[in-house]
Amino acid sequence: MIQDAQDIVVFDRVQKSYDGETLVVKDLNLGIKTGEFLTMLGPSGSGKTTCLMMLAGFEPATHGEIYLNDKPINKVAPHRRNIGMVFQDYALFPHMTVTENLGFPLKVRKFRKSEIEAKVKRALDMVRLPEFGGRRPGQLSGGQQQRVAVARALVFEPDIVLMDEPLGALDKNLREEMQYEIKHLHEELGVTIVYVTHDQSEALTMSNRIAVFNDGVIQQLASPSVLYEQPENRFVAQFIGENNRLHGRVKSVEGQHCHVDLDGGGTIRALNVRVEGAGVRTTLSLRPERVIVACQEGEVDNRIVGRVEELIYLGDHIRARLSVSGTEEFVVKIPNTDRHSALREGTDVNLGWAAEDCRALDAPAEVAEPA
Amino acid sequence: MSTAADDTLRTADGVPLKTSLRRATARRRVRTFLLVVPILAFLMVTFVFPVVDMMFRSVDNQIVSSVLPRTTLAIQSWDPGSEELPPEFVYEALVLDIQESFKDKTLGRAGRRLNYEKSGVMSLFRKSGRRAKRITEAPFKDQVLAIDERWADLETWQLIHQESSALTESYFLSAADLRVDYKGEISWKAEERRIYLFLFYRTLWMSGLITVFCLLLGYPIAFLLATLPPRHSNLLLILVLLPFWTSLLVRTTAWIALLQSEGVLNDLMVFLGFISDDGRLQMIHNKIGTFVAMTHILLPFMILPLYSVMKTIPSSYMRAARSLGASPFTSFVRVYMPNTVPGIGAGCILVFILSIGYYITPALVGGRTGTFISNIIALHISETLNWGLAAALGVILLALVLLLYFLYDRIVGVANMKLG
Repeated sequence: MIQDAQDIVVFDRVQKSYDGETLVVKDLNLGIKTGEFLTMLGPSGSGKTTCLMMLAGFEPATHGEIYLNDKPINKVAPHRRNIGMVFQDYALFPHMTVTENLGFPLKVRKFRKSEIEAKVKRALDMVRLPEFGGRRPGQLSGGQQQRVAVARALVFEPDIVLMDEPLGALDKNLREEMQYEIKHLHEELGVTIVYVTHDQSEALTMSNRIAVFNDGVIQQLASPSVLYEQPENRFVAQFIGENNRLHGRVKSVEGQHCHVDLDGGGTIRALNVRVEGAGVRTTLSLRPERVIVACQEGEVDNRIVGRVEELIYLGDHIRARLSVSGTEEFVVKIPNTDRHSALREGTDVNLGWAAEDCRALDAPAEVAEPA
Repeated sequence: MSTAADDTLRTADGVPLKTSLRRATARRRVRTFLLVVPILAFLMVTFVFPVVDMMFRSVDNQIVSSVLPRTTLAIQSWDPGSEELPPEFVYEALVLDIQESFKDKTLGRAGRRLNYEKSGVMSLFRKSGRRAKRITEAPFKDQVLAIDERWADLETWQLIHQESSALTESYFLSAADLRVDYKGEISWKAEERRIYLFLFYRTLWMSGLITVFCLLLGYPIAFLLATLPPRHSNLLLILVLLPFWTSLLVRTTAWIALLQSEGVLNDLMVFLGFISDDGRLQMIHNKIGTFVAMTHILLPFMILPLYSVMKTIPSSYMRAARSLGASPFTSFVRVYMPNTVPGIGAGCILVFILSIGYYITPALVGGRTGTFISNIIALHISETLNWGLAAALGVILLALVLLLYFLYDRIVGVANMKLG
């Protein structure tokens, strides 16, 4: 792997196995840039938490080397790595007050008492809990505990802060509030944050870059918009946001585009992302919001008829489930404007979309390869 | 809103909320109570009544006054501080009492009771019982004095006067190595007769040391149990519980087989040449035996509360401490150990309280120097038959336990304790 001078953390051909039989992390190469907010996103068991634990030093890498500030850290004990960490259950020490919790990393680093007091006070102000220093963690709400945990991971000014699904225990509103708060802290302090989550909307909201993990492999490493707009493979397309899948066989390839014969009938012009040539099977991926309902002849590249199976009213938009070309799970999101009035359950409707919005990806039978 | 002047909460029809709630839950409370009635009755009969009865014996002193009712009444007019023997009518009462009780065969009981305080009274009573039959008329005093000259001893009469009340503190004083004379003055017993305070002291410090041993041995095991993956920790837990499947007696006698001077350990050391054949170590029937066997037997009672507390400590605490820059040792001492304090408290108080009341093991392996206060209580119950003293010793032991529990509650807080 080519090391970027900016990279604060580099995973170099890292593999991890717990039982000596299966690899949880397979040949991981990843550079994390100084000051960036990088999210490791993936379903449970995809290896993302293991990567974080290897970086924190709680799990040894079975093979390969991890560099922090260009120094190999495989043999460095966790407490000498100077890495802050926010745990899923916060791991605030219940026998210490908030102030003592925040002072702990400074105390073990032998800071002077006055300095500890000043830093703890600044950290409490930073997370907007200046009045709570004397309380114990058990007397705080979930959101307050969360903030203290973040403050504690930042108070000793580590090079990098790791967060292991820190918002998982919070309810939806609080989670969204905390997402912005952490994002703003990151922007203010410029600290490097590595964030692990299985919640894709959380990842999209907060990150500079997202590494999508599956099966021990990074499927795609890209910014949120690229990841959403241009998924490289079927897994990413499926995992990030909602997406419609149509299966078919490639009829012809023309440079950037290709024509695909759908299994359920009809030919679609799509963007060629991972198609090797004519004759292979492919999965077409299409975002629901990119589908135009009741589209006119010649308006876009593709036009196909669908039957409306179900309409769900969601306030700001209408969600329509249609059967299109053999699949009954074709979803379209229609903004709550006059256009939805054309839809009735059980009726046919013309659907259309641009070739650029329809990505021809790998077919399901194939084993997905790393991005 | 309520129209009442007071601000008690009321239901819609004006009944105070609390009354209404009590009515609503009455049926459930009755049912709950009925469920515990059988066990409650069982415990009352088999535990509470005997214990209360036994405790009452520590102050009960009706033997003398019931066997010698006339004498104890008559002697009240006599001043035990005077240098004179009681007047004639006291002797008359004594003769009538002795004649009657000798016929009823109850005289010996009073004799034995008084013999606790002053040896020789028992034989005096027996002798007097046989001879008093012949005394039928005055002067009683001279004839009684003729039976035995001990009836002319002021101390004998002072003792009867002292023990004629229905309640006595003499058992408790005796249990604390004290004595009381006819003037009501309390003083130490003769040096060679002071044994109980010393035994209490020995029971306490040895139990304390046993508790420390259990903690030192149990803490690492409990930690291992709590941190190993379940597959291994289950096996280990079974090993910890294994002693409970074996009779206490078997475990104790196993230590005798191991530790006695012709036992396994001594034989092995002689065989390996560590000690000579006639230099065999005395490891049983002394303090060492009690320490070893008691620590072994009480160890599970330390491990289980510790384990139940440690199991609830998330592994992320230690990881968090490490990631914040604390070394493994610092993390353990500053973060893990403070969170185990409720388990340490529970384990220590459990082992200590069990230990100070332990009987069977010290009795079998303690010999002369390693026995506890409970062994002397058992002695008074089954051999000397001085139940009053045994009861007084028991009550003191119980009070001691309650005091320690109270202190523990004040210092650590019982609410912090976790037994599992």
